[in-house]
Amino acid sequence: MSAELTAAVALERRGKPLDRRTKLWSVRLIFVVFWLGSWELAATHWIDPFFYSKPSAIWERLVDWFGTGTAFGSVWTQLFITLEEAVLGFVIGAVAGVVLGILLGRARFVAEVAAPFIKAANAVPRIVLASLFIIWFGLGLTSKVATAVVLVFFAVFFNAFQGAREVDRNLVNNARILGASRTQVLTSIVVPSATSWIFASLHAAFGFALIGAVVGEYAGADKGLGLLIANAQGTFDAAGIYAGMIIITVVALLAEWLLTLLENRLLRWRPPVQTSGEQRA
Amino acid sequence: MTVIALRNATKRFPGTGGQPHTAVRDLTFEVAAGEFVAVVGPTGCGKSTTLSLVSGLEPASSGEVEVDGTLVRGIPDGVGYMFQTDAIMPWRSVVDNVAAGPRYRGLSRADARRKAMVWVDRVGLAAFSGYYPYQLSGGMRKRVALAQTLVNEPRILLMDEPFSALDVQTRQLMQDELLRLWQGTGAAVIFVTHDLEEAIALADRVVVMTSSPATIKAIFDVPLARPREVEEIRMTPEFIATYREIWESLRDEVARAREVASRVG
Ligand SMILES: Nc1ncnc2c1ncn2[C@@H]1O[C@H](COP(=O)(O)OP(=O)(O)O)[C@@H](O)[C@H]1O
Ligand SMILES: [Mg+2]
Repeated sequence: MSAELTAAVALERRGKPLDRRTKLWSVRLIFVVFWLGSWELAATHWIDPFFYSKPSAIWERLVDWFGTGTAFGSVWTQLFITLEEAVLGFVIGAVAGVVLGILLGRARFVAEVAAPFIKAANAVPRIVLASLFIIWFGLGLTSKVATAVVLVFFAVFFNAFQGAREVDRNLVNNARILGASRTQVLTSIVVPSATSWIFASLHAAFGFALIGAVVGEYAGADKGLGLLIANAQGTFDAAGIYAGMIIITVVALLAEWLLTLLENRLLRWRPPVQTSGEQRA
Repeated sequence: MTVIALRNATKRFPGTGGQPHTAVRDLTFEVAAGEFVAVVGPTGCGKSTTLSLVSGLEPASSGEVEVDGTLVRGIPDGVGYMFQTDAIMPWRSVVDNVAAGPRYRGLSRADARRKAMVWVDRVGLAAFSGYYPYQLSGGMRKRVALAQTLVNEPRILLMDEPFSALDVQTRQLMQDELLRLWQGTGAAVIFVTHDLEEAIALADRVVVMTSSPATIKAIFDVPLARPREVEEIRMTPEFIATYREIWESLRDEVARAREVASRVG
């Protein structure tokens, strides 16, 4: 990403900005065409499409799903179910993470007491909990939301915690001198300072919420994209697995775009140097 | 009427290797209502620490600090404090930064903003009231901090090298502005600086501190009439005579501080 940015900057120094954009997108397009083309060609002539599938087959599967529907009903229903689980898990996990992170970040003693427990909880392979949640909550919505919540919570919690700890002491002292109560210091100084930290984690967190929902469905469900993928695996349908992956990727990209819009609105006060939006889930 | 009184005030910080580090020792001086006191001394001697004692942000290790005749425990009423480093909120516009104090003190958003606008105007930032701090110059940010402090109408004004980061022209402008805004408010001011010219131009009395651990070396009266124009006053014979007298005292401390610094460095 950064190499690409440097290249973009270098290009900007020469020619017009429109020129640069066209060039950038043409190169990207050529890359995608070359990649898909060579895959298609290889799958037609040399490698076994049964294992590796090929772009045209994946495309057909997508058209089939969106046109006539899946083995479990309309693809939109599956998508809606997964989204519902992911969004619920995201919201609950993020709110809990932000609130607990900030409170613990400001309460030194409690934070010290809790530190080893938090470390241990974070070291647990949380994705395995998906199986446990299915035993606890059944095959429905709740078990998937629970998996997503657990994944989102820790991602957000650690950043909110760190953000609340790194608050500039000067700002806190200044607010106290100006007459702020403890609660006012929390709402007017600590929360806004931690917002950049929190947003940095929210980008990755929505990805985690989707992973939680899909893995939850994969572990056992009667609806959802995870079920589609699990079913495709069961029937050795590689194209179906790819198709499910593509749908999830598109959803994640859309969510990322929405979050960036919200972030730019809420963090208007930052000088426009803008990080490149490079986040990894 | 005495507003601020320090009696043998001492502050120790936990230092390296278990040895407590004495930042200031046996400070004794008073500031009356409507009086402007400047504190000068070499960098690192304990000037900021002195202000933090008066503001109640740090408790004294021994001795007494009184504001309005009562011992300081927590932040006393009516204190305004301009910090050495930038302390305005980067996520609030100019007017909302200035409105912070009134908001904390229970005014409605609209009333707080109205009150803030008056002060934004007084420090000459009316055209920038909607700007965020990153869009302002260093001098403008200092003006915001000044308005933010003065909007609370403090009776005790603590200022920690507020103009030291500014260029000479802006600094003189701000000094004049400060005198104009302060005059007639009856506020007691402690103004910390390492610039002796600034101290004399602004203050009624100048406190000279020794190099670390700081204590008071001498206190000088400044025999200059008010109202003052800081650019003009620098040329007068009284100013130059006062400067010479205080510099005699300060010079040794600055030299000693340098010696220690070069030995450490
Ligand atoms: N919070 C603190 N903890 C430990 N030492 C401190 C602290 N604040 C100041 N000091 C020490 O006290 C001395 C005086 O510092 P300060 O009051 O900031 O000096 P000045 O404002 O005159 O430059 C310095 O040696 C500094 O290292
Ligand atoms: Mg200082």
